[in-house]
Formats: sequence, structure tokens, C-alpha cells
Amino acid sequence: MRSINLLVQKTFKFLFIIHLVSVSMAYAGAKQTINIAYLTQEQKVPPPLSNLDTFIKDKGVLGAGLAIDDNNTTGQFTGQQFVLKKFIVPLDGNVVDAFNKDIGDQYPYVVVNLPADAINKVADLPAAKQKLLFDVATVDDALRNEQCRANVRHILPSRAMRADALAQYMMKKRWNKWFLVIGATEEDRLFADALRRAAKRFGMKIVEEKTWEHTYDARRTAQSDVAVFTQVDDYDVLVVADEQGRFGEYLEYRTWNARPVIGTQGLTATAWHRTHEQWGAVQIQNRFKEQSGRWMEEADYAAYLAVRAIGEAATRTKSNDLNRLKDYMLSDAFALQGYKGNPLSFRSWDGQLRQPILLAAARSMVAVAPIEGFLHPKTELDTLGYDQPESTCKWSK
Amino acid sequence: MKKNVLGLLLTVLLTGAAQAETVFVTLEKDNALAVVDPIIGKLINTVEIGQRPRGIAISPDNKFLYVATSDDNTIKIIDADTLKEVGRLPSGKDPETFALNPAGDRLYVSNEDDRLVTVIDIAKKKVIKQIKVGVEPEGIAASPNNLWVVSASETTNMVHWVDVKTQTIVENTLVDPRPRALSFTADSQQLWVTSEMAGTLMILDVKTKQIVKTIKFDVQGVTADKIQPVGVVIDKDRKRGYVALGPANRVAVINAQTFEVEKYLLVGQRVWNLAFSPDQKRLYTTNGTSNDISLIDLETQTVTKSVGVGTYPWGVAVKP
Repeated sequence: MRSINLLVQKTFKFLFIIHLVSVSMAYAGAKQTINIAYLTQEQKVPPPLSNLDTFIKDKGVLGAGLAIDDNNTTGQFTGQQFVLKKFIVPLDGNVVDAFNKDIGDQYPYVVVNLPADAINKVADLPAAKQKLLFDVATVDDALRNEQCRANVRHILPSRAMRADALAQYMMKKRWNKWFLVIGATEEDRLFADALRRAAKRFGMKIVEEKTWEHTYDARRTAQSDVAVFTQVDDYDVLVVADEQGRFGEYLEYRTWNARPVIGTQGLTATAWHRTHEQWGAVQIQNRFKEQSGRWMEEADYAAYLAVRAIGEAATRTKSNDLNRLKDYMLSDAFALQGYKGNPLSFRSWDGQLRQPILLAAARSMVAVAPIEGFLHPKTELDTLGYDQPESTCKWSK
Repeated sequence: MKKNVLGLLLTVLLTGAAQAETVFVTLEKDNALAVVDPIIGKLINTVEIGQRPRGIAISPDNKFLYVATSDDNTIKIIDADTLKEVGRLPSGKDPETFALNPAGDRLYVSNEDDRLVTVIDIAKKKVIKQIKVGVEPEGIAASPNNLWVVSASETTNMVHWVDVKTQTIVENTLVDPRPRALSFTADSQQLWVTSEMAGTLMILDVKTKQIVKTIKFDVQGVTADKIQPVGVVIDKDRKRGYVALGPANRVAVINAQTFEVEKYLLVGQRVWNLAFSPDQKRLYTTNGTSNDISLIDLETQTVTKSVGVGTYPWGVAVKP
């Protein structure tokens, strides 16, 4: 039986190849090409916190790869060809030089997987003026507000969007009194700011706030330390801001009072999660795993969406022209399927991708924000993050 | 005990004399098939069928059921009377939806992960052809005049028109995002396609293969993102069409002449697939998360009963 199956599979593969060849030949004359560059820099391997999660070097790029295949499957029927060229700058290399040198006039669309301090360095280059950049890595609200750029679209939900998603859930659960625990990094402080903003917006109360100091005192263990650290006035929920995951995992089950943990650990807010299966998500999870041999990470999802957004705009406009695609992506007609129920679109005031946010525990999808009941005159998705009247981004599209 | 059986038999016989029909429902999470008598409104049997059963269809002579048991990677042929498995079809991986041609000798299967439509010769239990389509093909329908098979790809957002004679795609129509299900009118002149994400129903003219009308559903008190149209059926006189609206828990009643939405009928939760009774006087819906089916009387346009069937009812087929 197995050998027959194998034979059948082989025959299918053969048929498939023949078909591919014939399809590409059929359109050989009439192809419109859409060139997309993917720019990233190698990352230093961070110290491992746990052996459970190995460091993933290729986060992002594999998502872009899956999307280019999807685009080209559609492209077969529309006479469009999508090309993805990857530029991976070495650890000691310079992204600005790489951008100037390698991503010449050929690539009007650039998927950028770079840290927050690098994105605008690239976006402000003269070479980037006639391009559209898709930021698939940052979550900074500043980059979407006062530091926003007209040639950058942000795919991942910002810190404010995540904090609002968490706050909506806590409000629904009536976890009104928060104990905010903040890590020592600048990123943690930024997420704490977003949480404070969310608490204010949704009428929640931060009853206690503490910074987690990393010490090397051998007498202090996670077991004893957290119990002592969390002896504060009564609260409903511990909200943690620890983006690098340096201590947050130690909080759950160790607090002095029995309280849930939410934030960057415990129940987390994310654009994508392996427990997500609704709205056809199980299909893309399977396709990604088959292609990559691992689960789809948030950065993979973001890169997937960036390349799919270009594909969707090119298919609908039947064009590869930068300005036409740019206009279409910001228009009301643009609706990107992102396996999260609602169609995704870009906010016209800051280039942020509008999207539902998943609230997930390690092995369970708990809720999807916006939580039912949080209303908005235009779209409930804009209850998350900086809405048009609050935005300080000033660029004319 | 004997008396009871006799009594039941008598009831079945009596009611059966007037209008006997059997509704078969696949239960995705019970690995089973529910058998319902819609006239008395009761679940009469539940039989094990295979892993994760979803798509279901009945042969034109009503002798066989075809059931996609997704996790067994096959489509099972089930004797519609004994409910015993009599054969398996080589459906490819993870079959979900499929369509029978009018003659009942060909089966067209969507292979979602492989971007293929597999054409199966039912008598020979053999794959005749695989047709490459867009990303994540799902809904599929064969035209009653046997000229077209149309496959919808959810991520490519297209319907692909396969010419039955040549078994090749001759045209593609771009449609609203995440097209889910599609159905031809009995005269084969129109193709109705639902879009899960846009919350719309599109009417395509088969001659031009273009969209001639888009209907946007709007249910009072239900947010737009909950309106996710899936299953669609049209009556044989093309008077009315019916669309299952998923988590909006409604079936939309559409005037198939004017394309007005006449009514929204409240059914069970996450209504997904629909099937007519043989005389088209009733409509049966599978309600995925309330674990029941709704029985709709089409003359009065009212939901008359819901019948609990099991976990995650998915597909539905009716035997006269």
C-alpha cells in the first residue's frame, strides 16, 4: 500500500512539474515583473534563557518566501511574476551601505527586517525616496507617530495596540487593579508607557508599580525572590513588561498572592501564535511548517503579510507601478486576507497595518482583540493603538 | 421493547408513506455520521465513519454517499442504506470539499495544501487528472449542464473555470477576498460565490464569467466581522437563494430575480453548509458550534426545529 502511495505521489509530482513548465511557457511573453527586496542583518545570538526555545536565525525571511510562492501562484493566472531578492547584511556590515549599493533602482518594494534604530536611517536615504518600505520588525509607537515616514508601512502591531488589546481583555474580566512589573531595558520602559496609556484609556488602575532589578546575589532565587518581590497591596492581575524575556517567565505560580500574569509573559498579545487555528489559519500554519520545518513566528507572519500586500495590490490593480500600488494599499478598497477573520488594511494616517491581535497563552488561544463590545464609529480594529485624532504622524500620503 | 420498535417502525412507515427522507450530517469532531429523520425531527442513528469527516455528497441514484474523511486522506464510499463502507477514492491529502458531476461518475476534489483539483473516475477509483489552481482551493461546483467545473481559491481570491471537455482552466475571475463556497443555478447560467471576508455574495454570469451583482449582507445587531458567508444554494426555479452566514448565526434569504435580501433567518451557531429536501420545501443547515442542525420550512420561511446531532456538524446530504 505504502509503495503504491509513493508511486502515486511521484506521479503527481511529475504531473505537477510538467504543468508548471507549461504554465510558465504560456505566459512567457506577457509577464509583468514585480521586484521585491528583503533586507535584514544577522543578529547576535542572545544568551539562552531556557533550552526549550532555540534561537531562530531566519525569522521573517521564510515568511516572505512563502508569500512569494502564493503571489506567483496567483501570478500564473494574471501574467504577473513576483521576484524576491534577499539581502542579508553580516553582523559587522553596514545596512546603509548595503541599501545604497545593492538595492538600486531595481527594487521599488523593500521588506525591511531591521531594529527600530535602523529603519529610519534607511528610510531617509535618497535612494529610498522612490520606494515603499515594509517594516516587519519594529513595534515602536514613536516610529508610527512623531518619527513616521511617508515611505514606510508598519506590519506588526505597535506596543500601544498590544497594550490596548490586553487592557480590553482585562476590562472584560474585571481585572481592574494592576500590579505593573517592569524590566530594566529601554524597550520594557516603552511597553510600560503603552500599558499606562491603555490603563488610562480603559479606566483601569495601576495600584502598584515595580522595576525588576537583576542582581547576582547567590542567596536570591527565583522561588524566594518573586514571592518577596510580589508582596504588595492587593491587586487583580500582575502585568509584566519584559520584552526580552529575561525574568517574566519566573513570575507565574510564584507570586505571593495567587494572581494571573499577563503582558509579555503569561497571557501575551501577539500578531501570530502557533495555537491560532481559526479562519483558515491552520492551513497556513501547515503550509509554513511543511516549507520551513518549524512553527511560524511573528516576524515570519509579518514578512508574509508584507509580500502578500504587494501581491494583492498588484493583482487588483493589474499593475507594478509604485505609486498606483501605494495609493491602492491606502485606499478603502484594499482588503488583505490575514487569517484572522477581519480583512487587514493600512491606517491612512500612519501606515500601520490594522489587524486583530491574538491573546495567547503558551498552549491555548484565549481571545482575539478587539474584544466584543469595544465599539468604534469606523472599524472596531481602530480601538487598538493610536486612532486618527490621537496620531501625531504628519505625512501627506 | 418489541412493542416500541414496532411502534417506531409503524411511525416511520406511516410518515414515510407521505414523505420519507433521510438527512446525513458529518460530525467533524465525533468522527461520525449522524442520521436524522427531518419529518419527525429526530436523530435516529449515529455511525462511526472515519477520521474528521467533512464534505459529503450523495450519488444521483441515491445509492451511495461520498464522505471526505480528511484525516484518513480519503473519500469513503458508503452504502446509503446499510451505511457500511464499500470503497475508498484516492482523494489526495486532507480532502475537505468536492463536487460530483451531474452524471455521478466523476468527482472533483479540492486539495487545499497542494493547490490542486483532483479529478477522480469513481467507477475505476482512479485519479484521471490533477489541475493546478490557486492557493488554498476550497469551494468547488460542477455545472448542471456538465460544461464547467469551477474551483475557488481562498488566498488567490479567484474562481478558476475548468472546461470539463479539456479538463483545463480556460478562465479566471478575480472575486472578493476568501471565496468559500459556490453554486450554479439549475439552468447553469449563473454562478453564485460567497466571500467570507468581504461578507458578500457575488453573482457571476456564466457566459461572460464576470460579476454582474454583488450583495453585501448586513444584519442588524451583528458586527460586520461576524458575517462570514459560506454555504450557498439556489432553488431549481431560481426564485430564491439561501446563504449560510457563519458566526452571524443566520441564513440569508435572497430573491434570485431581484437580488434583494428578503429575510435573515436565525439558526444555530456558526451555520456553515446547507441542503434542500428533495422537494425543495425544506432547507437543512449544519450549525458547527451549537452542535445541531436547523430545519427550515421554506413555504413559511421559518425555522421549525433544531435537532442536536453531535460535535461540529459540518456537511449535509439528503436522501429521498
